[in-house]
This record gives sequence, C-alpha cells and structure tokens, in this order.
Amino acid sequence: MNGKVDQQWLLKVEGLTKIYGSYNENTVRSTGPEFNSNICPETNSIVACADVSFELFPGEVLGIVGESGSGKSTVVKQLYFDLEATTGAAYLRKEDNTLISLLEESNARKRYLRNHFMGMVYQNPREGLNFRFSSGGNIAEKLIMAGMFNVQNIRGRASALLDRTEVPVTRMDDKPASFSGGMQQRVQIAKAIANNPPLLFLDEVTTGLDVSVQARVLDMIRELQRDLNIAMIVVSHDLSVIRMLTDRTLVMKNGRIVERGLTDQILQDPQHAYSQLLVSSLL
Amino acid sequence: MGYIAVKGGTDAIRHANALVEYFRLRSNTKPVDIEQLRQQFRLGIDKVMGEGSLYSTEYGAIAFKQAEGDVFEAAFILRAFRATLSRSYYSETLDTNDMQIIRRISASFREIPGGQVLGPTRDYSQRLLNTQLATETELDLAAFFKEFETQLEGVKLQELQTFDKVIDILRSQGLLKPVGNPEDTRLVDVTREALRFPAPRSARLQMLARGETGGLMALGYSAMRGYGAVHPTVGELRVGYSKVYVTDRAGRKRYIGKIMLTEAEIISKIEEDKNGSIPYIAIGYGLCFGQNETKAICMGILDRAMRIQNGNAPATDQEFVLYHTEGVEAMGFTNHLKLPHYVTFQSTLDNLRKAIDQKEKASTTTNQNTAITT
Amino acid sequence: MIDTPKYQRSYHYAFIDETTKKEIRRKLLKAVAIPGYQVPYSSPEMPIARGWGTGGLHITLAIIGKDDVFKIIDQGSDASVNACNLRDFVQMTTSCKTTFDAMEATIIQTRHRITEEKLGKDQIMVFQVPQPEPLRDVERYEKKTREMHAEMNYAKMWVSLYEAYVKYGAIMYGAGYPVMVNDRYIMSPTPIPRWDVPNLNDSECIYLFGAGREKRLYAVPPHTKVEPLEFEDVKFEIERFLGTPCSITGEELAFLDELYEDDGLKKYVISDSNYLDKIRTGQLVHQHINKYLKAMAHERES
Repeated sequence: MNGKVDQQWLLKVEGLTKIYGSYNENTVRSTGPEFNSNICPETNSIVACADVSFELFPGEVLGIVGESGSGKSTVVKQLYFDLEATTGAAYLRKEDNTLISLLEESNARKRYLRNHFMGMVYQNPREGLNFRFSSGGNIAEKLIMAGMFNVQNIRGRASALLDRTEVPVTRMDDKPASFSGGMQQRVQIAKAIANNPPLLFLDEVTTGLDVSVQARVLDMIRELQRDLNIAMIVVSHDLSVIRMLTDRTLVMKNGRIVERGLTDQILQDPQHAYSQLLVSSLL
Repeated sequence: MGYIAVKGGTDAIRHANALVEYFRLRSNTKPVDIEQLRQQFRLGIDKVMGEGSLYSTEYGAIAFKQAEGDVFEAAFILRAFRATLSRSYYSETLDTNDMQIIRRISASFREIPGGQVLGPTRDYSQRLLNTQLATETELDLAAFFKEFETQLEGVKLQELQTFDKVIDILRSQGLLKPVGNPEDTRLVDVTREALRFPAPRSARLQMLARGETGGLMALGYSAMRGYGAVHPTVGELRVGYSKVYVTDRAGRKRYIGKIMLTEAEIISKIEEDKNGSIPYIAIGYGLCFGQNETKAICMGILDRAMRIQNGNAPATDQEFVLYHTEGVEAMGFTNHLKLPHYVTFQSTLDNLRKAIDQKEKASTTTNQNTAITT
Repeated sequence: MIDTPKYQRSYHYAFIDETTKKEIRRKLLKAVAIPGYQVPYSSPEMPIARGWGTGGLHITLAIIGKDDVFKIIDQGSDASVNACNLRDFVQMTTSCKTTFDAMEATIIQTRHRITEEKLGKDQIMVFQVPQPEPLRDVERYEKKTREMHAEMNYAKMWVSLYEAYVKYGAIMYGAGYPVMVNDRYIMSPTPIPRWDVPNLNDSECIYLFGAGREKRLYAVPPHTKVEPLEFEDVKFEIERFLGTPCSITGEELAFLDELYEDDGLKKYVISDSNYLDKIRTGQLVHQHINKYLKAMAHERES
C-alpha cells in the first residue's frame, strides 16, 4: 500500500466480506476471479465481495472500478451502513486520533456517524433524496440532524450549498421530482457535504446522465474535492470517471480486489489480465 | 343552534335513542322471532358471528335484530358483549380433517378422493328474484318438505364421512412446504395485547378471522387483479361442523359442542427458494365462523399476499391489510367524524388566516425566497 | 341452543373486568414512569364505538373509585352530546358523583381541550386520543415509527415543520401541536388548541392519555418538561383573541369558540362551558396562567 509512512489513514478496511444466503467453509475459496464466479457451487450462496482490505488517507480520492457483480458498490454500501457486512472490520480515525470500529456500532451511533462523518451520493437520486421534501428540505434534514435548529441559518447554509453545487437557489423550495437528472445529483451532492464530512462516497453518480451533464458534474466534484479536501471513494464501472477523479484505484472482479495502485500507473501499465481488458476498452 | 354543545345534551340523546326504537317498531308489525332469525337468516348471522368474534347463533341473532339488520352495528354489539365475558378455557386445536362436511370442493383437480361435494351453494343457481317468497306460508313449507323427501327416496344414503385434505396429496408428493418462519410459533391473542409489526402469523390469522368481509373482499380482489402478485387456485374449500374440545382442570379432554366453520386452503404460485434449491408451492389459509366462503377465500389470498416481501401493493402490506380490515375500528373511526371538531377546525382557520396575511404581506414587499449569500 | 339463557345482565363495577383493569393500571404506571412513551395495551372492546372515546374510558374506568367525582367534557363543553353519553355510561356502571365544576372533580375526561382553570395535585385529567402517533403523518408504518422513537430519530418530523414554515410562513399545525416531553419523546398532545399546549408543562396534576382504537396509553406526570417543537427563530404561538372578546362575558384572555347564530353574524364565546358559567355568575376562577398568556395580558395592558 502506498501513502506516506508518517501520514495516518482516515479509513482502514480489513477483510470486508458480504455473502448472501447460507454459506460454508468452502464458499469464499470456491468463488472469485479465478472461478469467474460469485456463486458458491456447494451452497448456492452469492459472495458479493470478500477479503476486501484497503486504507484511505485524508483528502485522498480512491477509485473502485469493476463491472456489475464486481462488488464495488457492495463495499461502499457496507461502509455507509446500507448493508450489513457478513464479516470484516472498518475503522475510522477521528480528529483526536481515536479510532471507531464502524461495523460494531449501535444503530443510533451509526446514524450519528453517517450524519457527522460521512456523505453518500447514490446513482439513483431516489435513494439519496426524500422526494416528499423540497431540495432545501433535504439539506435541512442533514443540518437538523447535526443540531441546527435555526430556520434562517438552515436556509442560509442550504442556499450556499446549492449555489456551490450549481443548483439555482430559486429552486430551493421545489421538490426534486421537478428537476433534471443532473440537477438531482447536484442536490444529492449538496446534501452529502452539508455537514462538512471528512469522507464522501460516490456510487456511480454520473451513470445514466447525458455525457455533457456528466462532465459538468464531474468537474464540480473535482473542484469541491480540492476546495474542501474531502477524502472520497469513487465507485464506477467507467474508467474515464476514475481517471478524471481519483489518485489511487482498486480494480475488482467477482467480489475480490485483483489489482491496486496509483491510478496513472494502472492506466498506463495494468498488470492483471482483467485490468488490461478494462484499460484496453477505455475509449 | 345545532346539536353541538347544546345544553340538555342528555335530553337530546334520550330522544335520539327513543327514536331509534321507534323507527324499529313503528310499523307495528309482528316482532321477529329470534329463532326465525337464527334459522332463516343464518348467513347474515354467520357474518355477524365472524366479525363479532363470538360463536353463538342465538346472541348473533339478537344483535342482528337489535341492529335492524346492520351487520356492522350487530358485529360491534357482539364484540362489546364478548368483552364482558371472562375466558374460562382455550380450546384444543381443532382438527378440520375430521370436519363433518356439508360442502367440499377443490378447483385444483378434476377428481379428488371422496369426490366434489357441492352441498348447499348458490354458486350454480340463477339469481332470479323469487317473488313467491312474498306469500310464503307454512303450507308451502310442508309441500316443499314432502317433495324433498320424495327426491331422497331411492338415493342410497351413506354414513357421514370425513374427507382427507386435498392438499395432503400435494404434501405427500413433497410439493408443499411449510410457510414462513419455523421459529414463529408464538400464539398471540389480539384481544389481550396490542398488535405490533411485523406481526406473528397467529396474530395475522386471528385478525383476518375477525376481519370485515367487505374489506377483506376488496383487498383479496385487488391481489388477484394485479395489485399484489397472488394468482390463487382453491386447493380446497370446505364447510361443515367441527367438534370443539377443552381440557378441564383435572386434565380430561371434554367435548363442548360443534361449530360450523368455513375453511379455505389457497394455493398460490410457485415459490422458489432464495438459495436456488427446489421450488415448491405454499398455502394461504383462511378460516371463519359459519358459512362465509368469500371471507375464507379472501383470508387465504391475503394470508399469502402479506408474506410477499417488498411488495408494493396494499394487499402485500401487513399494516395496511390488518389495520384497515378491522371492521369495528374502521366503522368507529370513520363515523367519529360526526363528532364535533370545531376547536380543531378553529385552530386550522386561525392558521390559515395568518398564512394568508403573511403571503399578502410578502407579495407587497420583497419575495421571501431571495437567495441568501453567506 | 342455550336452554336457560340469562337475558338480564348486571355489570361489573366500572364495567371492565378486574384482570383488564389491572393490566391498564400496570401499563399506566409504566407510562407515568416514561413520560411521553406510548405503551401498547389490550384495549378491550366497549359498548362505545372506536374513535368515540374508548381509550379515555378505559383509563377512567380502570382508575375510578367510589369516592371519585367525575367530570367529562368534549371540545370544552360538559353539555356536548357525546360527553353526555359517556357520562351516563360511567355513572351507570360506577354510581359515582358527577359534576360540571372543574375544581370539584377528581377525574376529568376530556376530548380535545384542557380546562381553562388550573388543575391541582389531587386531580387527574384523562385525554381521549384519536391518533397517538405524532409521526404518523411523516411515516405511515408503525414498525418504522417505533424505531424512530426508540432511536430518537426525529429528523423527518423537524423537516416537515420546516417545509410547512417555508410553504405557509408559519408552522402550520393547528390543533395537536407536537411537543417534546422530558427532552426525550415527541408526543401528540391530542388535537387540543395551541392555547392549551403550554399548560401541559410543569403541571401539578397528572395527565393520562388513552388511544383505544390504536391501543396505546401514555402519560405526562406532574412537573414534567413539555415543550412545543419550535425553531430558534420560528417560535410557538398561541391563538389570539384580543379584539374579539366573548360576546357574553367580554373576556379576551380565554380560548373562544367562533360561532354563527341565526342572524348569520360571527360571534365568539368562551369554549370552556364551566369557565363561562363561573365568569358569568361572578364566581372566583383559578385560570391556568402560563408565560404566553402572561405576555398576551401584558400586551393588552399596553
């Protein structure tokens, strides 16, 4: 693993594993890229991801690339507590240098951590936004959960965030259903960074958007990252997105990491056969 | 002034109650005999017993008479009465395999062991209004019985038999699997504790058994029409008498009587195990007092529908089905709208006027949605 | 067929059987121990329809004794038809003394109002509750609202207040304004007007809440903190009647009903019928004065 020796990681993941269905001792070892399969031949359980370990440093952007079934989204969903891990551990380092073992926390604590330390942007805006509330209301939810109970302040901060993510502030009181796909994503991003989290997860956030809209959103994310110095995990099947945003990359196939390294290096000189395949198909 | 908050409210009630009796009796026609109701309106009373959650054809008939035929009201009266009774025993589990059948059909197979027994059903009759009923006399009854007896002559009368369950055929072939969670064996009495969700199966079935027939029918129907993917086949529908036993304090099993029940076993579509193992079919189960086939069938459909995970139709939503088919609660709450709500309403008016003021003020000054820069 | 049916029935004292009474009392103790928390209970059927006060009745009948003096009001009035019906029922099954006087009663059952006069430490107010779940409008599923209360996850509720303010310029709740009890649970005070909400706070009497149809009991014991939900800069307000006095007594500092008589003109009359009677006949009243009422009185002086 790279990263400066004296710099301490923000997030450390160890042996993260997610299996659907009942499994036995052979399940993990009989699945994976060598078998070209996620499905255990004995129990028919699905190994969405297994033995995933990595570190993320403050202000760093880590990419996870792979096709559907690679497990990339599963990793991030477990870290954001949308899915429960089967085994494994994840640690978050707070500013005072204490460590939190994320997967062992209570529900109430997990909610607190999600509000104060993390942000998540989903591919489908309906997962990240409440369509019954206005776009300002969606951001307000995060601010209120972080203890802001002043309407003027809430509206002030929400306006600023929307402005920053290039959403017209005049639409603050409109519901997201009336927005375009790209704008919905930008509202999601505004909401995700509302409490200045040190860690942001982006799960296929531009997939499904028009190419020009994609470019705009990605540009904005890159600027935000630079300005706020947030650590990010960017999940995508699209290497061009990875190339544009990330410092380091993990390549995943059939639930395992098959290659890892600096993004530039992987793009120029991929080692694993699968990475080579991905890179060669990069337009 | 209206009836609301009029001094002498008690007088108003007394008069209203007297008027109810007056409307019931003013025709001055012969008072209906409870026995007549019991016998000649048995299906209405079966409904009342089922929704009233009390098996007593006599008390059901009294409630029906008292409510002038309003089944909701009659079921309510019976429920309230039931709540005053103390429970002496819980019966032994009824074995419907031993049911003394008056009707037993299956839509799943053309022929079944023991045969299809149509029994007393209007299913294959033509619903032609029989105006002769207007002048029915005891002589007509005598003539009917005489004719009926001649029909029986020559028919080989058989001993009363019990019938095996059709679905046992499927079970013996390994095509049926037990439903749901094997750990969910808790016997809940919903009259003794409040329902919490997700509700155990015993609670769900008890709620359905007490449920209002029309509500169950509407939701069962919706499940069949695509609002909840249940494509049912009647595995077996049986109507008959089941014996009821209790265990007395000395531990002896005692027979206390027979009750008429309708039981439906509804076969739904093929299930596939999530682990990709062998597919099977599962049963939706319905059971209610008396002969109420619509209710039993819809109970079975809804029992199955409520087990669909992540369904997006009302019939698959446990909370939706169980809360809203509870007839006594639904009737009470919908009708409670007739109670005075003027204080609540006034608060709303007050707020509305304030909001209108605010909007008017805002439109004459600056727009309150001005962007605020930090 | 029952051969010798007992058609005449006499009823148990206070109608409900002893086992059920004990269950209700146990659950009430639990409710009092956890202010604002909804305790599920069996809620047996009553001869009164669901939605018409069965929950309030359950509580009253479980706690009433031979020495109690019972008062019951609906929208503040003793004479309201449903209150009359329930009063008859309680009297018939308990032979207790009934009264219209808020200061004489030991148990006061109410639908959607608190008495204008302040209740003391030997009095119990029993509320009839249509919908015990304050979060029901933002979350329809009981399973989820239970989790939200357990984890004190009230964000959705706050956002809905924010949205109402943004849309209408005021937190739109009319009656039944949500409150935070003991800094822990958001509770529905039942559809009482905002005028009454401050009187839940730091009371001398016990407030008990019964939702029969939804099968929940909850309580606010004496001297408990009860605060209406408000933002730092968007505050809770009570209704105003300054400038529209009671047409009978001239009173402006009491909750008034808006009504229209045969002449079609809008009039205001004190809602609390007992309070109205006392003022009209010049008796001494002990109005419950809270900080909002004080502020309004002050405003009237200036």
